[in-house]
Amino acid sequence: MYPRPFQYHRAGSLEEAVRMLEQTGDEARLLAGGQSLIPLMKLRLTSVRHLIDLNFIPGLSYTREENGVIRFGALTRHAEIEAAAAAQKIPILYDCAAGIADVQVRNRGTLGGSLAEADPSGDWAPCLLTLSTEVVCLGPQGERVVPLAEFITDAYTTVLGPAELVREVVVRRPGPMSGGAYLALKRAAPVYATASAAVQLTLADHDTCLDAGIALGAIGLTPIKAAEAEAELRGKQVTGKSLEAAAQAAMAAADPQSDKRGSAAYKRALVGVLVRRAAEIALRRPRGEAVEAGHIYA
Amino acid sequence: MPEAIQPVRISLAVNGKRHSLEVEPRLLLVDLLRNELSLTGTHVGCDTTYCGACTVLLNGAAVKSCTVFAVQADQGEVLTVEGLEKDGKLHPLQEAFAQHHGLQCGYCTPGMLMSSLQLLSKNPRPTQKEIRKAISGNCCRCTGYQNIVKAIRAAADVMAS
Repeated sequence: MYPRPFQYHRAGSLEEAVRMLEQTGDEARLLAGGQSLIPLMKLRLTSVRHLIDLNFIPGLSYTREENGVIRFGALTRHAEIEAAAAAQKIPILYDCAAGIADVQVRNRGTLGGSLAEADPSGDWAPCLLTLSTEVVCLGPQGERVVPLAEFITDAYTTVLGPAELVREVVVRRPGPMSGGAYLALKRAAPVYATASAAVQLTLADHDTCLDAGIALGAIGLTPIKAAEAEAELRGKQVTGKSLEAAAQAAMAAADPQSDKRGSAAYKRALVGVLVRRAAEIALRRPRGEAVEAGHIYA
Repeated sequence: MPEAIQPVRISLAVNGKRHSLEVEPRLLLVDLLRNELSLTGTHVGCDTTYCGACTVLLNGAAVKSCTVFAVQADQGEVLTVEGLEKDGKLHPLQEAFAQHHGLQCGYCTPGMLMSSLQLLSKNPRPTQKEIRKAISGNCCRCTGYQNIVKAIRAAADVMAS
């Protein structure tokens, strides 16, 4: 299968990529990892007249940690995050990075591209919504910093302007009494999740929750931050009862559609199970317990 | 009239041999290998980033070559299944797949071998779980995977000894 013909442009810097976007107009697309874009182009679900390749710009694949802040470059691949020291310290990042699709896709696909693509079934957005995450955008007017919660506005739609791109993703490292987990259920490795849940809990003592971040993926047009589920835990003792209340609130916040991955009712039930399990793992991890989480498939 | 598409000159090494050629931007890496360079060992399976039959190593990393444009391999090094054999001698992975019945129809085998090669280059003694994860992007519709996993373990033993 071939995409329709396009002109190929190779950017030497992100600034040049912005200028190329300005010059080539609204049928231009940026090529980062290409693991979503190239299939969409081949299936002719998207029409690209000008493809601007970012992959030859040096120095964009990095994970840097300084003063409790982790910076991911525009082209940092999922596989690089999986192997990064930061993902060992922040288990929810490892859960997400290590199970996205398969090895081949993780070698190419990028965090910046995943957020900019804003696929409703993407893994990174729900994971990072439970942490303090900002997206550094670069456009003709220069740089601006957008909180991730405001970055994705609709399915496949972000606040990025026509000539704007993702320069960097900045994540604040949670404290030592904070633990998180990301769980995604899928039918096989290379497919999108049927539903996913990310939970990050910050504890005051071993079972009092100071702060809670809960986000859901693949069950709505955008990733959903389940604020009412968070409120069921924030400032409270974490008990079986409060976890059940949080799971129920998350199920209410989900907005699933019936499709070949399952009925809406099934996906809503699944959200409850994933939130509850992710929260239980999130509680155990700050105690030093090594608990596996991530993508679940046969 | 739509404007004419500008071809792109690329230079790359495939199995150690340098090539320099002009390509249409939409040419996929797998079609460069199969149709331009006549290296038909790399297979096209699903053509939608699922099955992994087209897996090759690009700069040492396993990629699905149906989901990489040939222009992206410019200045790069590609290793395909044809590059595994050295001086008429099969690679230990190829030997192990043959000995342990790691294939039946053979369609997925080139991709399986290349994913396995990346695994063993990073993790010389993988556990069964690690092997299964490493080939989870490669579909086999014949073997049920059991003998593929056995073959990769056996190859790891040979390569590590």
